[in-house]
Amino acid sequence: MSEQETSQSIRLPDPAKLVVSNSPHIRSGQTIHKVMFGVVAALLPACAAGIWFFGLAALNVLLLCTVSCVGFEELWNKAMKRPSTWKDGSAIITGLLLGMNLNAGIPWWVCIIGAFLAIILAKQLFGGLGYNPFNPALVARVGLLIGFPALMTTWNEPQGGKMMVDAVTTATPLSMAPGAAQVTDMLVGNTGGCLGETSAIALLIGGGILLALKLIKWEVPAAFIATVAVFTGIAHAANPHEYASPIVHVLSGGLLLGAFFMATDMVTSPMTRKGALIFGLGCGLITSLIRLWGNYPEGVSFSILLMNALTPLIDRMSMPKPFGYVAPEKGKVA
Amino acid sequence: MSEKPRKFKGGVHPNDSKALSASKAIQDAPLLDAYTVIMHQNIGAPPELLVKKGDAVKKGQLLAKAGGFVSVPLHSPTSGTVGAIDKCPGPTGIAVPAITINSDGEDEWGSLFEPISDWKNTAPADLKQRVWDAGIVGMGGAGFPSHVKLSPPEGKGIDTLILNGAECEPYLTADHRLMVEQPKDVVLGAAIIARILGLDSAVIGIEENKPDAIAELQKVAGEYNVRVQPLPVNYPQGAEKQLIYAITGREVPVGKLPMDVKCVVQNIASAVAVFEAVVKGIPSIERVTTVTGKPIVHPGNWRFRIGTPISKALELAGGINEQPAKLLLGGPMMGIAQSSLGVTVMKNTSGILLIARDEVSLYTSEPCIRCGRCVDACPMDILPATISQAVENKRFDWAEELNVMACIECGSCSYVCPSHRPLNQHFKWAKVEIQSKLRRRN
Repeated sequence: MSEQETSQSIRLPDPAKLVVSNSPHIRSGQTIHKVMFGVVAALLPACAAGIWFFGLAALNVLLLCTVSCVGFEELWNKAMKRPSTWKDGSAIITGLLLGMNLNAGIPWWVCIIGAFLAIILAKQLFGGLGYNPFNPALVARVGLLIGFPALMTTWNEPQGGKMMVDAVTTATPLSMAPGAAQVTDMLVGNTGGCLGETSAIALLIGGGILLALKLIKWEVPAAFIATVAVFTGIAHAANPHEYASPIVHVLSGGLLLGAFFMATDMVTSPMTRKGALIFGLGCGLITSLIRLWGNYPEGVSFSILLMNALTPLIDRMSMPKPFGYVAPEKGKVA
Repeated sequence: MSEKPRKFKGGVHPNDSKALSASKAIQDAPLLDAYTVIMHQNIGAPPELLVKKGDAVKKGQLLAKAGGFVSVPLHSPTSGTVGAIDKCPGPTGIAVPAITINSDGEDEWGSLFEPISDWKNTAPADLKQRVWDAGIVGMGGAGFPSHVKLSPPEGKGIDTLILNGAECEPYLTADHRLMVEQPKDVVLGAAIIARILGLDSAVIGIEENKPDAIAELQKVAGEYNVRVQPLPVNYPQGAEKQLIYAITGREVPVGKLPMDVKCVVQNIASAVAVFEAVVKGIPSIERVTTVTGKPIVHPGNWRFRIGTPISKALELAGGINEQPAKLLLGGPMMGIAQSSLGVTVMKNTSGILLIARDEVSLYTSEPCIRCGRCVDACPMDILPATISQAVENKRFDWAEELNVMACIECGSCSYVCPSHRPLNQHFKWAKVEIQSKLRRRN
């Protein structure tokens, strides 16, 4: 046969170089790196809005928090003799979120303490990425709020586009008398508050990016925001002089930032869609309770942390029944 | 009765890469000098050897007879003499017994089975016996003997026969080409199987990305009361349980078989083999196989005889442009990686696939970030990430509680995982551990 001749010019695979491993043999190309940098991109509009309204001071805070978070992550890796992980992007997200949760006039050393709380206490001590039960940026925010209450509740006056290095203090809509807040100011971000949470439009753009890239479950922000709107709406209808309107509640404070960027943190929220709905509902309920009747004007951070603690339980409760599930005792098709 | 197919939960949409070979007509592979036929090509008992070294054999002659009810006979792929009866590399990496047939170049048939042209008036039991005698197995997957599938216990009340033309695995086009080129054989095979089951109709489920196959089959299907059901493109549409659900809306209970929801599912190639065994009297000695992948010079579809070494199949396809990362038997989602070119084509070899280095997943596993993509992708609605963590901690009891046994190993979860976790591998491990625990208990 002529096969002998042709086979000399035909190249065949070298069996010694073949990889043998389990199926599937192709992957979607999705990586942690891509997921995390998608989130970073979604955070940028709100960061930009913060810098526009609160000037270079805001940029300083964001940079300092991000660099400190990455620094603590790498220090920990060095100390524990682990491979570098900052490139996965999760420490950058934590840093940006931490900065967004601070006011532009915060002293530099508070940023560094916050980064330490977030990366070392809340994340690495639990085992690093994927193992932390609580959202690191929120642990830091609440830790700082309890440790330095005066510094953490001094808000700066927005100075649209002036790029001031120093900040001027003011009040936030949530601590104002009901009706005093201007909705248009809150939409664009021309109001006092943490540097990353004032501009509703920028946060909604970021939220849209997250949803479009399928980086978050829509159930969490939808349930969270809807619950707050309904709950505060009822309170407002019952007593408009005592309680601000639901529009103010939804647009002000950290609600949009929390609902889109922090409650949706994959590591600390439920994996199932049903669980995500329950989680968002719980966050909304606790936020409303704290805002209306609690000692703090703002409840988003506490509500998310409390629900973080319930995440394993919610995951267990919302476990789906498998396709073709057979109840163990009845022996019937469910 | 054209119904809208039901959509099963989950699934993934990998690039189907079928364009490489979908338009390539099936070619008959030329006769080789020798074939190495793997003895045990079916699930169940191995067949019993009937020949010895030096025996002269004809094409289609019995080499080994069924070793029990759940077993099928094995036939010679060509005429010649029996060479070594020894071990050869098997598809799972373990050496398996195989019979070498040295071709005499004549390719001369021995005595064929008596063709049954009037199958419409032949007793179903006789037709079923022919399916068994011809050595037909499920040619898409595990190689389960077809006659056993066609012998449901009394009282199951089988009411639906489904032919699986989904071919949802990326790259593979063998079933596609069979449906386009031999639509009448497919439909007749379906009609014969239906008669064996005491049914007068059948359904062929096909993913919508094969419009030419759907059109060709629809031309001939009506005459034999066979319905062609287009299905949405969603991997794993061709998984038995998902296919049954899409067509009938019935859920096969976990741990049960299609017959428990009154369904029988057969592969397209098996249906053609049934047609050939009954109407032409030819035993199962061939398999249409797709040889494809980016590194292949001329991807295409060939009709190989069983016992054809993979190296010869690759030569027919012009060899390779670049060293591949993986050589697979089957598709990229569920196929088995090979370490030898000496493995030979079996009755269930639907594809010989080379995966290039830039498309293979050679990632290190990173921590689960609980993103839930695997939960969304899982067609069985279990929690892959949670089960994987249980397995990592060797908590097989917990994995069992989390319904790992419902897993069909389709690989959708691993496919979408951004952390490249070995999810599918964990489940296979857990299932082995749980089954061996059950055996110890009994």
